[in-house]
Order: sequence, then C-alpha cells, then structure tokens
Amino acid sequence: MLEKNNMKGWIYLLPAIVFLGIFMIYPLFDVFVYSFEEGYNSASQTYFGVGMYNYSYVLHDPYFIQALKNTFILVIITVPISTLIALLISVGLNSITKLKELFQTVFFLPYVTNTLAVGLVFMILFKKTAYSDGLINMLIHLFGGNSVDFIDGPYWAKMFVLCFYTIWVVLPFKILILTSALASVNQDYYKAAKVDGTSRWRIFYKITLPMISPMLFYLIITGFIGAFKAYSDAVALFGTDLNAAGMNTIVGYVYDMLYGNGGGYPSFASAAALILFAIVLTITVINLLISNRSSTN
Amino acid sequence: MKIVLEHLTKRYPNRDGGDDVIAVNDFTFEIPDGKLIGLLGPSGCGKSTTLNLISGLESASSGKIYFGESDVTSLPPENRGVGLVFQSYALYPHLTVLQNIMFPLENFKGKDKLSKEEMVKRATEAARLVQIEQFLTRKPSQLSGGQQQRVAIARALVKMPRVLLLDEPLSNLDARLRLQTREEIRRIQRETNITTVFVTHDQEEAMSISDMIVVMKLGIVQQIGKPQDVYDYPVNLFVAKFLGTPPINVFEGRVQNNTLYIGDDAVLDIEGVEDKNVYVGIRSEGFILDENGPFICKLTAVEVMGRDTSVVSTHKDMLVESIRSIISAENKVDTSSDTVRFSLKPFKTIIFDHDTEESIPYKVRK
Repeated sequence: MLEKNNMKGWIYLLPAIVFLGIFMIYPLFDVFVYSFEEGYNSASQTYFGVGMYNYSYVLHDPYFIQALKNTFILVIITVPISTLIALLISVGLNSITKLKELFQTVFFLPYVTNTLAVGLVFMILFKKTAYSDGLINMLIHLFGGNSVDFIDGPYWAKMFVLCFYTIWVVLPFKILILTSALASVNQDYYKAAKVDGTSRWRIFYKITLPMISPMLFYLIITGFIGAFKAYSDAVALFGTDLNAAGMNTIVGYVYDMLYGNGGGYPSFASAAALILFAIVLTITVINLLISNRSSTN
Repeated sequence: MKIVLEHLTKRYPNRDGGDDVIAVNDFTFEIPDGKLIGLLGPSGCGKSTTLNLISGLESASSGKIYFGESDVTSLPPENRGVGLVFQSYALYPHLTVLQNIMFPLENFKGKDKLSKEEMVKRATEAARLVQIEQFLTRKPSQLSGGQQQRVAIARALVKMPRVLLLDEPLSNLDARLRLQTREEIRRIQRETNITTVFVTHDQEEAMSISDMIVVMKLGIVQQIGKPQDVYDYPVNLFVAKFLGTPPINVFEGRVQNNTLYIGDDAVLDIEGVEDKNVYVGIRSEGFILDENGPFICKLTAVEVMGRDTSVVSTHKDMLVESIRSIISAENKVDTSSDTVRFSLKPFKTIIFDHDTEESIPYKVRK
C-alpha cells in the first residue's frame, strides 16, 4: 500500500518536476557551465578554453563594479527604509477606524500601477529640461535651494530618485502584508497589556513587534532579494543605456552583456549572474540565521 | 476591597439605526470584601461586559463603580489595580513563564519601580502560589492548558491587584482538569483573600466555588444570592431552568381548591395560592418512587448510574424533552410496567406564575 501511494505521489509531482527540470534546473546548470567556458560563441557553439577568465573579466570590468556599487547602495538604503515606512503606515492604518478602507486602497494603488508608467511620472516630476524645471525643482526653489537635474545630473541625485522610486514601488505589498499581520494579532494581548498599565511604546516593542516578526523577516528577506534583482526601475527612470547614465545594476549588466549595444557575451553574463546568485544566497542565509536565532531566543 | 456597582448600564449603539443594544441594564450590587463571586448566564447575557466594565476595558454608559470608597468609574484600567485573566489566557508566546509573570511589574514607573531582583522575587512568589515554579524558564507553548491557566493567574496576581477578574477561566480545559482547576482557583482566592469576580456559563462551575452567584439574562440581573439559596428558591422560571443538572422538569399545571394539578393528577396539597394556571418545576431529586403516588408518568428508560438511578419518563403536560428523576439506587423500578408513579417532595416542587414566570410561594396543607 505504501509503495503504491509512493508511486502515486511521484506521478502527481511529475508535471511540475518536468517543467522545473527543463525551465529551471537545466538552464541553471547551463549558466554554470557557460560561466567557465572562455569566449563562448552562441552562434557557432564554440569556445576556446575552460577557466576562471570570465569571472576575472567581470570583476575587473569598471561597469560591473559600478553596477555592483549601485545595487548595494540601492539595497542598503531601500530595504530598511521601505520596511520601516511600511510598518509605520500599517500601524497607523490599524489604529484608525474612519476611512480605513479608503487609505488602504490609496496605499495599495502603486501595486497595480505599471512600473514604466510610474517611471514616466517620476521623470516628469524630477527631470529638468530647457523648458521646465520639473515639480520637485520648483519646490526646491520655493524653499530657496538651487535646482538639480535628478535624471541627468550628479550621481547622488540620480541615486536619490532611484531609491525614492524603489521605496515607493515596494511599499504597497509590504503594507498589505503588515496590516494583515497586525490585524491577526489576538486583541486579548493588548487588553492584558492595557490592564497591566503597559505604555504604548512598550506594547509596540514587546508585544506587537515580536508577534509580527515572522512577517517582518519575510519582508526583509524578499526585500533584499528583490532589490538585488532591480533593473526595470532603473530603466524606467534613466532609459536603456544605464552604463552611460552610471546607474546600471547587476541584472542590468547581465542584460547588457547578452543583448546590449555590443551584446553577445553569454559567458560574461553567466559569470555576472552567478556572482549575483552567490551574493543573494549569502545575504539570505545570513538573514535566515538571524531570524532563526531571534525567534528561538 | 469591596466592589460596589450602582445602576451600572452599558449601551451599544445599534449599527442598523434601531434601538441601542443594552448589554448591561441597571446592575446594582455590592460585592463584599474577600469573596468569590460567580457571574452566571447564557451567552449574550452581559456577564462578560459586566466584567469588562469592572476592569475598565469598557466604559459605563451610566451608573457608578466603587472599589472600597473610591469612585473608579472614569479611571482607565491601569489605574484601577485589577488583575484580569482572559479566557484565551493571553500569555505572550515569545516570553518565558517568568518573563510573562514579570511583565506587569516591569510597567511600574517612578517611585513604584522595582529592582530586577525584587521583580524576580515577586514573580517567583506568585509562581509558587499557583504551583508552577518548576516551569519558569519554559515558553507557554510548552505547558499544558491547566499550567498556562495558572501562569495567567500568577501574572494577574503578581502586581497585587485590589480585585481579581476571571473571564471564563475553565472553558478551555478538559473535564478532569476543570474540576481540579476550579478547586485551585478557590484555594488561591482563599489564600490571597482578594475579592474575585469570575464569569461563566457553566452553572455547576459557578455553584461549586462561589460564595455568591449572580444570574443574568439579556443584561438584566435575575437573582443574586448564595448558590444553595438561588438553587432552592429561584425567583423565576429562567433561574430555575438555568441551575441544576439534570435540569429542572417543567410542566403545565393549575391550582384548584388548594390542590396542585398536573393534568388530572393531583400532585400536592397546598395552601396560600389562588386558583389559576401555573408552571410547575420539579427538581430531578424531588421525585419519590411510590406505588400509590399521585403523579403517574409513562416510563421510557431506567439508567443505572451506580450511586443512584435515573428514571426517564414522559407526561402529556411536560414542557421538557423528557422527565428526568434521580432516585436512590436502593429503590427498584419495575421495568416491566409501562407506567411509573411518584409522589413529590414539596420543597423540590416550585410553582411559577403562568404570565410573569415568577415563582409563587406556597405552604403545604397538612
């Protein structure tokens, strides 16, 4: 009986295994192989040799270094800030009763809006042209500052727009998850704390936060992964030639190596992709270790 | 600390625009110092709301609450000095038992602030009182329901409240544990001598450990008294039906010429009641097996329970599913016959007015 059930189980799993095998496992394996084949040409399916040259090339490529730096800055700034803002908004949403649904809808809107369309709006807000300074620059003027070109101007300005945009785009999902996590906390905990005269801050810090910590960790981990894979956001703001703008990301670099101006460097692309994979894996493992430790303590 | 409730009323606005919902209606009662009071009633009777009003988690629409001589009606819960045990226990799952018990102490501010050693000492004392001192380093999830319940009580007691409130304290426990825990609650209450109010829908639970019980229905207090008094002298049919297992047997009856009739059976000779239709309530222990008894019922089944015997029968004027009478096991019921005859104990037979459903006092005619 057990044998038979076992067999049945495998048959149920078969379609998924086949699809995953063809579209996930095999390409992954292939990318791994490509990354060690030096000078691979996809048209003639030939290569010169096997070794670490691709990795060495990528790691010495100033464009890759720039992309790496951009990605790290993006991750380090946007993940904590977006999670924190989402937490504040969720706590706020959870404690109001009037207009709660309206605000929930408003905060969720960015999630159903197209990335490129939003990118266009951001460009109009921030871009400085010969005819107009853009809304943000008008505001800066109003407060007595000097106008800055956020789209074609200095590096920090462009990075600011990219981070701002990323935070704005990832907020709704985080708010959605956190409001439902907050709503699912048993109200008796709060009543008990209230009867015991617990201050609001202590209730938040000692009860609410630990109660929703699994969801927070989930958001931080997926936030890290998502930010490391950022690409379309940068394209939406700065166009496809990200290297020229100095705003490339690791995924953008991989894309450029495959299809960009020169294009046709699958080996370099594979090596870069595997470096990204190693980074994401390391960060995720560290995240999981921390979250496991804090949940057992 | 005595608790005085004066015309306590709680209304909730009706969402559909109709009349307000009155959860607690004009509740007046003085709970004596150091007593254990059971608030009893079916769900939706306002007993939990009353508890929340005393704790301060809900504010009264009108009326006053005094702890001792001080008016606490408008005080927030944290300033009332109450310990509250929740039905769900509400133990913080990420904290150990010791941290849970210490939690209320860590909230003390200013001159009341305790040192870490003092907090641990008091928490350990509370844990010893409820006999869980061996579990201090465990998480609540590693404890059984009964142990969690004790932790919740310890947490409520550790700040030395003036009043201890328990909301359905036993409903999450299995039958055996419930019996044990209710004695435990009684013991802890006696040892600490804190005025305690607990809420339950289980009449047996309330009767067994309370000094006094308050029976409520639809926000209105029906009767307040010692458990035995309320059981013996219910003011109305609702209270009579609510107390007692098996429940009281209710019949359509009438009083005629100083005789109480159920159907055509003249079951009791009484005096002091005018002729009218009544409801007759007979406690299950109010039946005496009697070959010549005036009350004739159709025998359905005899259930032997060891200590006593439960006779299940029917009667055309009964208002219950079946008549349950508990008689001593020494009496043998003739199971070959399809009728069974009883005479009734006057003290266990209660007459209620047919319109108001209030009980009517009567005397037995000699």
